[in-house]
Amino acid sequence: METAFTPFASLGGGLAIGLGAVMLMLGLGRILGATGIMSGLVFAQNRAEASWRAAMILGMIAAPGVIFLLSGTMPAVDVPVSPTMIVIGGIIVGFGASLGSGCTSGHGVCGLSRFSIRSLVAVPTFMATAGITVFIIRHMFGA
Amino acid sequence: MKLIFAGLTGLVFGIGIALSGMMNPAKVLNFFDIAGTWDPSLAFVMGGALVVTGIGYRAVWRRAQPLFGGTFQVPNATNIDPKLVGGSALFGIGWGIAGFCPGAAIPALGTGHWEVVLFIAAVVVGLALRRLMTRMTTAAVPQ
Repeated sequence: METAFTPFASLGGGLAIGLGAVMLMLGLGRILGATGIMSGLVFAQNRAEASWRAAMILGMIAAPGVIFLLSGTMPAVDVPVSPTMIVIGGIIVGFGASLGSGCTSGHGVCGLSRFSIRSLVAVPTFMATAGITVFIIRHMFGA
Repeated sequence: MKLIFAGLTGLVFGIGIALSGMMNPAKVLNFFDIAGTWDPSLAFVMGGALVVTGIGYRAVWRRAQPLFGGTFQVPNATNIDPKLVGGSALFGIGWGIAGFCPGAAIPALGTGHWEVVLFIAAVVVGLALRRLMTRMTTAAVPQ
């Protein structure tokens, strides 16, 4: 399934993603790592730990609705893979991001911008394995 | 006030994710499918985000502390270990299978697509598996 090349929307979105990360550092002094925020909420030890993460996640979930109110269209979510692949992929994503201490937001945006050596290793690693995985699934198995 | 700020941070981040195309698995998988229906848009997302965090973080860190008190909690580990590399490699494999990553899927919950709920549930299972594994290995090896 082809998707349109959207350099301006993607750049604009990227700027807003960065702004969100800077705001969290400015206000709460935290790195914006989505997996860490999720894990910190689900497995929170106390209310103070859970509350700001819950507020942030609610804000994130509200975003498509706000876009709908402003533009009249919901952001596209086209899922070209089976439910089984979503489940398998999701479990591996959760396990891997936890083991590797970060995902696209934590290592990719926050880590790279501070030149963290761990993120400089993590990001090319997950970009490469994601590319290889897509290649194998689409071009070797033809899915 | 702190919670409102956290919610606003999540909203800005979520709007960025939605505009950028990151919450659309078809677009994410095409970004990795260089040999097929390649869509390079998402390079602009990371580029835009890194410009803002690269400059913004450094400006924020001139402050003595975050707006709502406490300290700036920035990871300072520099060790490159099998956990980092293996975890990141797994994360990429899962991302390439499902097409969602956690930072994109949380705001995507707001679109109401059931596939997103399924993915988030699977990520929580993956996070729980990793916690279980850590507990078992630390129990087996006394500190």
